Amino acid sequence: MALLAAIGLTLSACGGGGDDDSDSGSSSTDAVITARTTEPQNPLVPQATNEVGGGNVIDLLYAGLITYKDDGSQELEVADSITSDDNQLWTVKLKDWTFSDGTPVTAKSFVDAWNYGALSTNAQNASYFYYPIKGYEAVQEENPTVKTMEGLKVVDDKTFTIELNQPESDFPLRLGYSAYYPLPESAFADIKAYGEAPVGNGPYKLDAWEHNKELRLVPNEEYDGARKAQNGGVTFVVYTDTDAAYTDVQAGNLDVLDTVPDSALQTFQDDDSVQAITAPGSVLGAFQFPSDLPGFTGEAGKLRRQALSMALNREELTEKLFFGTRTPASDFSAPPMPGWTDEIPGNEVLEFNADEAKKRWAEAEAIEPWGNKKLLIATNTDGAGNKASVDAMSNQIKNALGIDAEPKYYATFDEFLDDRDNNKTGALFRAGWQPDYPSISNYLGPIYGTGAASNDGNYSNPEFDAALAKAAGATSDEDRYQDFVDAQAILMEDMPGLPMWYTDGTGAAATGVENVKFNWQGVPIYQNITK
Amino acid sequence: MWWYAARRILQTIPVILGSTLLIYALVFLRPGDPIRAIFGDKPVSDSVIEQVRAQYNFDEPFLMQWLLFLKGAITLDFGQSFTGRDVSDLVADAFPVTIKLALMALVIEAVLGIVAGTIAGLRKGKLFDSTMLVTSLLVIAVPIFVFGFVMQLIFGVKLGWFPPTVGGNTSFYNLLLPAIVLALVSFAYIVRLTRTSVAANLTADHVRTARAKGLSEGVVVRRHVLRNSLIPTVTFLGADLGALMAGAIVTEGIFNIPGIGNLAFNAIKRGETPTIVSVVTIMVLVYVLTSLIVDLLYAWLDPRIRYA
Repeated sequence: MALLAAIGLTLSACGGGGDDDSDSGSSSTDAVITARTTEPQNPLVPQATNEVGGGNVIDLLYAGLITYKDDGSQELEVADSITSDDNQLWTVKLKDWTFSDGTPVTAKSFVDAWNYGALSTNAQNASYFYYPIKGYEAVQEENPTVKTMEGLKVVDDKTFTIELNQPESDFPLRLGYSAYYPLPESAFADIKAYGEAPVGNGPYKLDAWEHNKELRLVPNEEYDGARKAQNGGVTFVVYTDTDAAYTDVQAGNLDVLDTVPDSALQTFQDDDSVQAITAPGSVLGAFQFPSDLPGFTGEAGKLRRQALSMALNREELTEKLFFGTRTPASDFSAPPMPGWTDEIPGNEVLEFNADEAKKRWAEAEAIEPWGNKKLLIATNTDGAGNKASVDAMSNQIKNALGIDAEPKYYATFDEFLDDRDNNKTGALFRAGWQPDYPSISNYLGPIYGTGAASNDGNYSNPEFDAALAKAAGATSDEDRYQDFVDAQAILMEDMPGLPMWYTDGTGAAATGVENVKFNWQGVPIYQNITK
Repeated sequence: MWWYAARRILQTIPVILGSTLLIYALVFLRPGDPIRAIFGDKPVSDSVIEQVRAQYNFDEPFLMQWLLFLKGAITLDFGQSFTGRDVSDLVADAFPVTIKLALMALVIEAVLGIVAGTIAGLRKGKLFDSTMLVTSLLVIAVPIFVFGFVMQLIFGVKLGWFPPTVGGNTSFYNLLLPAIVLALVSFAYIVRLTRTSVAANLTADHVRTARAKGLSEGVVVRRHVLRNSLIPTVTFLGADLGALMAGAIVTEGIFNIPGIGNLAFNAIKRGETPTIVSVVTIMVLVYVLTSLIVDLLYAWLDPRIRYA
């Protein structure tokens, strides 16, 4: 009866704090590291934050039930155990842990924070992340009659339960995401004031936030988790322009830059005045087909989607346009994910093969002629590299298949999102994906699951849904990973979207700065950096 | 004189009403939904979007949005940015920085420009004059961001004389390099303007009379040539303060200065109507007030205007 869903969490439960090797080095552990950020767009409340500028800071100020190691695998942080008999009703037990002001982190700290984040009238940016929890729909209504989610129950000070809408074997994996961080009771008295001067339970605490200038973080002595600060603090300097930040790194004025500006992309790896940092990335660049796009429906549509995929030379695009800082995609997720493999049956369809592309297009022609239709490829142009890549893709398709392909530009991202959400693009459209937690399911379900929130192409295949459901009910990692392979094999056949490339994490550090590494999200591991 | 000043100040009211209405219309006509951009790629429920949209009055027709803005503005409530901070706080943080930068640039270009222009005018056709002519042409022809990047690279990164960017520390020394960059283009115009008008005034009747009275050359130049010659220069400087604040968008980006230019740039990128309108309103006010000051300065420089 007491079948524990092991998920490897309990194994590493007491692993934290073991490696203090940077203490013995010559570099000072009390040096303050400066790092580039953008002005956080929201108060520093985890539930309000879903962008990088605030996200990087939030992750250092708070600790969740679990935390992710550099490689994307997870270990327990505030949780002592997370267990379930059926993958649907989860029981969480907490360690003794305190916020930086000394108040204890209790079951209520988590349950209250999640309920606050999910309630529609609080309009929190991260509200969507609670959707697996039972009762989420009720608190998301426009005028909700209940204020708390039915699925969350406090058992005692150190125990609470989470009931889900359906079994999800990898549910605990998402609990390290910022939406699932706890809040102290004091936060709710005046959440606006709290967001200016948050009290967290993470490796750092906020010393000062000078808006549009800098955020100064100092180590939190109350913190005793696996991510202990190895430096004297991190000061995030606000930049609106990454070129300026890069210049500062070159001049030794800034220690860490988490992204390389376009202007330096070609040169930064040979630039002597900086340390170049690259890491395999978890961001997938992809394009999706609206399911009702003329010419792309039925059997002929399937052949055409495959033909387009094989007409694109991903190798050439990543090399010529992005100077090797992106890697051609070989699946629908990304390499840093646990369980990732490049051996998905049918993934040769992602390789450039002009002859095969022509052949499949011709087969489709026999079923349903293309006529003189025009293939549009839609993108917003306010993001880096978007325009150039869509231009190049149109040309490759034109050359390989001899059809009329053309970019369709949107000036701003929100304009593009509007049309995408309302199925009005009438085009193959760009749909990059950055995972919220390190699991392949986070790439597949939200984008290609029937009726899923980000399934803007309206793809639907019962077989694929069944494979994902099977993965959600899997009791071992091996089974689950195999289910993901099966699910992806279906996508390779259907090609509802074209995976293009994995965006590598690129960054730069000043010379003399040590231990700069990126985690699975492409974010520098700030607490380990020394100089 | 006072009546004249008061009338000019009253004129600002329709200017501000018109310009804010225009901006509201422009932002309203912008395609897409800025609220969507707040949430990015991640899905969000309609009820949450409605909530936020109502918070910024985006669910109202634009005329109503504008009236609501005016209603708040009268009580000095300029609304909130998408970051949830009061726009008045944002402006109060950013405005002094840009004013400091713009005034530094103005002083640099005025002092250096008038001195160089006067010398060039007095020695028309000589080596100094020709050198200034070529230099100013060059400066006018090259875009300001090129100067910005080059000077940042040479004096900030390579030589290390100045910090390459400003960031949170907006001291006089930190702002000096960007102020010089900002001053460069107008400096060239001031040299040309001053030079031409000094050269023209040197041959004017009243100067000849002054010389004939036996006044020393120094007194002639200071009292009789410069005073008249500075009228076009002052006109230009007045209009230039407004241009400097707008031009700061480029300079503030290159040198990472947390000023009004940066604020406006980000607000426009995000479609944050309250912030854009507030910033532009302030820019309009600066323009109107500086042109008022210029007109008053005229009267002081040229008695003919004073007694007219």
